Order: sequence, then C-alpha cells, then structure tokens
Amino acid sequence: MANDILVFGELTEEGRLAPITFELLGAARRLAPALGGRVLCAILGAGLDGHSQEAIVQGADVVLLADDPALQEYQGDAYVPVLERLVREKGPAVVLLGQTIIGRDLAPRLAARLGTAVAMDSVEVEVQDGRVLVTRPCYGGNARARYSFNTSPVIATLRAKSQEPLERDDSRQGEVERVAVNVDAAGVRTRVLGRVKQKAEGVRLEDARVVVSGGRGLGGPEGFQQLEELAELLGGAVGASRAACDLGWYPVSAQVGLTGKVVTPDLYIAVGISGASQHMAGISQVKNIVAINKDPEANIFKASRWAVVADWKEVLPVLIKKVRELKEAEARR
Amino acid sequence: MALHIICCVKQVPDPETPASQFRVDEAAKKVIPAPGIAPVPSQFDTIGVEAALRIRDALGDVKISVVSMGPDSFRDAIKHCLAMGADDGYLINDPALHEADHWVTAQVLAAAIQKLAPFDLVITGRQAVDWDMGVVGPTLAELLGIPCVTIAKDVKVQDGKVVVERVLLDGFETVEAPLPAVVTVSNELGEPRYPQLRQIMMAARKQVTVWTAADLGLDPAQLQNRVNVEALYIPETKVETEFIEGDTVEEKVDRLLQRLREAKLI
Repeated sequence: MANDILVFGELTEEGRLAPITFELLGAARRLAPALGGRVLCAILGAGLDGHSQEAIVQGADVVLLADDPALQEYQGDAYVPVLERLVREKGPAVVLLGQTIIGRDLAPRLAARLGTAVAMDSVEVEVQDGRVLVTRPCYGGNARARYSFNTSPVIATLRAKSQEPLERDDSRQGEVERVAVNVDAAGVRTRVLGRVKQKAEGVRLEDARVVVSGGRGLGGPEGFQQLEELAELLGGAVGASRAACDLGWYPVSAQVGLTGKVVTPDLYIAVGISGASQHMAGISQVKNIVAINKDPEANIFKASRWAVVADWKEVLPVLIKKVRELKEAEARR
Repeated sequence: MALHIICCVKQVPDPETPASQFRVDEAAKKVIPAPGIAPVPSQFDTIGVEAALRIRDALGDVKISVVSMGPDSFRDAIKHCLAMGADDGYLINDPALHEADHWVTAQVLAAAIQKLAPFDLVITGRQAVDWDMGVVGPTLAELLGIPCVTIAKDVKVQDGKVVVERVLLDGFETVEAPLPAVVTVSNELGEPRYPQLRQIMMAARKQVTVWTAADLGLDPAQLQNRVNVEALYIPETKVETEFIEGDTVEEKVDRLLQRLREAKLI
C-alpha cells in the first residue's frame, strides 16, 4: 500500500537474518505510525523457511519470501529485478536497505529502475508534515545533509548500528507471503569466479567490546604487534585506519571508517590515529574513545573522552605491562 | 581495435582540510571553501584513472577518455588525469546543471558517454569524497543498460570481458562481466600514480573539449532533480575530553587505567 515501509531483509553468510535487518525493522516500526502503514520485510535467498517468524518477532507485519536457488548468493542482476517487481506490486512509500556490500550495489540500481532516488549511508529517517526526510553524513562525516524527495518511493540505505532494533517480542503476529520468482538466467550478466576469505582470528571487529586501532602514526607494520598484544589482554580486536591499510601495514578487512567497517565497542583505543573524518565515520557511535597521539592538536582528541598526549612507543609498553598486571591480579582473586 | 575506457571524475574540496577549517553556509546549503586550500580531484576517481592506466600498461592499445561535469574550475581535475596519462578530456559545463543531484549528474554523464561511443569500459570512483553518495556509477550502468560491478580492488580486461576483484567485508570475490560494463573502484586498488613534471607540462597544452547540455542533446528543463538538500550543517560533538596529566609516562598510564576502571571499561 502507498503508506507501507518495505525493508530489505539481508542474510549473513551463515544464512541467518543479519543484525542490520533487525535495525532496519526497528527504524521502520518507529516510522510506521507517522505514515499510517505496515512494515513489510522482503527476504531474497534460497531455503528461507526459518526466517519469517524471526522477522515478525523483530517488527515485520508482512514477510515476503522470494525463495529460489537462483537467489542463493547476491548477484545484482538477479536481485535487482526481483526486488523491483516486489516494490512495484506492493507500492510502499519507503524502502529501507542496509549500507552494506549488498545495499551499496542494490539500492542505487533499484532506484534507477524504479525512476526514483536514493539516499545512501543515512543515519535518520523521519516524517515531517507528511514528507519523508532522510539525514546522512557527508564530506567524510564533517557535515550532515537532510534530504527531501520529489519522487516515490523514497529509498534509503541506513548505516550499520545507526538504528536500535526492537526488543524481540515472541507474541507478535504477522503474515507470510511467498512470492513467485522468475530469475531470467540470461539477464544475469555477471559471473562470480571465486571468493577469497581473509577472516581475522579471534574476536570479530564488528562484535568486539574493545577495539585497539592503529594509524599512520605507528610508522610501520611492527607497531601492530603491540596493538594485538593489548587487544588480546583486553579480549578485544585490532582495527586500522585507511591510511595504515593503504600502506599495507595491516589487512584491509580490519579497516575502520567510512569505506571500511563501522564499529561500536564499549571502548575504542586509537593509537597514532590523527582522526581524519573518514576514520571518525566508522566510530561515530562510540562513547568511550581513548586516543594516544603525540600531536596535541590531533583531530581525534575532539571526539575522545580521554586524551593521552605522548609518543605511543613510550606509552604502549607501559600500558601493556600494567594491563597484564591488572589482569593477573584479577585472575588470582 | 583499441579498447576505449571512459573514466568519470569530479573535483572536490580537499578532504584533508583540517576539521577546524571546515565551514558550512547553512543558508546556501553549501560548503565554504577553506581559504588557501585548493580543490582536488576526488581520490576514488583518480584511482579509477589508475585502474585504466594499469589496463593500458598490460594491453597496450587502450584509449582513455576522462569526462567531468561541473564549472570551469573542474578543468584542473581533468588536467590532472591527463597528466597521469589519460588521452582526452571532456568537460560538461552548463550553468543550468550546476545544482544537479546524483540522478541528473548520471543522466548527463550517460549522454556524454554515449556521445563518446563506442566504448568498452566505464570506470568511476566508488563514491565522490564530498557527498559520499556512491550512486552515480551504478546509475550509469542502469541508464546505459550494461553490467555493473561495484567496489573493485583490481580490474583486468581479458578475452573481451572485464575481470574484477570486488571487495567484500572479509575478503574479496572475483567477478566477470561482458563488455561494455561499468566498474566502480575503491582505495584497496592502490595509490594513483603521481604525474611527472614533463607529463604535467604536456597535459597543460592538451585541449579539453567543452560541451553544454544542448551539445549532448539534452534540455536542462527536462532534467529534474529527484532530491532536494533541505539542510546542511556541522553536527555537534558532545564529548568532554579529559587530557590525562602526568609527569611521566608511568603516571599517565596509571591515571588512564584508573579512569577506565572507574568507568568499568576494563
């Protein structure tokens, strides 16, 4: 219906509904009263039976299942037409997707095919005087822009962790609708030849409660060994700025920032990171940032709760030693 | 026949501008250029030119055209790409298009690309580093009706196909698409080469072809923005920073750990 909100339900590689889907459902649920519509959740994939109830208890009124082996893995040429047809049939006012590897590819193409526009990497969607407004960071996070739309539906991708998911409510009821999928094999022009995984060992960066990150100020790859030592003591993960990754000092999969990962640990320790806005975009939700940098004017300090103005080479060995002593003392107790 | 690669580039305020010098005119909804800091080509776009040059390094017979849409000052971005090694530059400069949103921009660039046909590959940055939208590349693919591979870390042309390593969250996938295609590139591809003085001087002498909307067969009155910027502002940061004092590193570390323990963070 013309005032519904359609959420694109994304799956993890393991085939479960991804956390971003619950965040989108939360955002949609909060938006629904102002629009007077329902929350639809479209899930595309293969073997989707278990997911409907999960989407419903997290806020969906109607789950649309496009279940087909041709949708097993994301391929733009397969997903775009299926989602396009669903949106045309259901006619929602708003379509929400995650700002993920898939959303970045899918949302602009969907918008182009539907003859409408998309706001990418948004952090807020609201209704004011009957108009949908979308707010998103721009200029590498230095500024924010609020957009209105001249075309319908409004499409927006939302940044990971910018929205709170709802409390799971097992008593929630909803409908499940299986939709016919006819993927035109000839229309899928791209072909995936292979995948290479670069999974880090230990705690996943996105899930870590403590993240220790290094930047250009480390001066070389060696410093990351100390960050790994500290992260391990704290039960955390190691991240890196784009500058450090581009220099080849640390794997790209650990990159935190606008073009890397968004992290939300309880504690973020930034070592030798100047705080370029592109990096800050990846930690904008973090409340407790410790920055260690010898430049007292470093931008990172503005966002930090605790600032240590010193050479990291002097600080880290002492910090590691004292944290180890603390942890050992705790273990003895 | 030579392979023809078209790279789309944009000129942006220098993203390395210190945050303290970043200003916004909230009434005009525009960024105020920081005094003394020259605009630069959007870095992902020069990485796109780098990707094209690497294809030429590998294959030899490759023509690289650079297309940009913007005011006359965008010439500098095109010249930079010519100095990197691109062959021809095209600027679509039409006052009627200066407020174009990403949809109108894609429409105009698609028309320019079609005017430059035949072409084999269109390369754009994954996003421009001013608005960070990341929409023009995929929209071009839809308007041109050709395949699209986003966020590439490696781009090769082999046997009439483009073979792309596409960045994933924890690794990458190799994707193949028939030509012509659109590829958007990311920083993982590597640093764009820096022009040598001799190349800069040669590029300075090259002509940049300037087109208006009419030259592309477009009527600006028919090109309606699909989004409006209602507000542009600098978000408030509400963090109170405590500078950890101490005469020695030991003292500073002790005090920091005390704070972290008080806040139950370690």
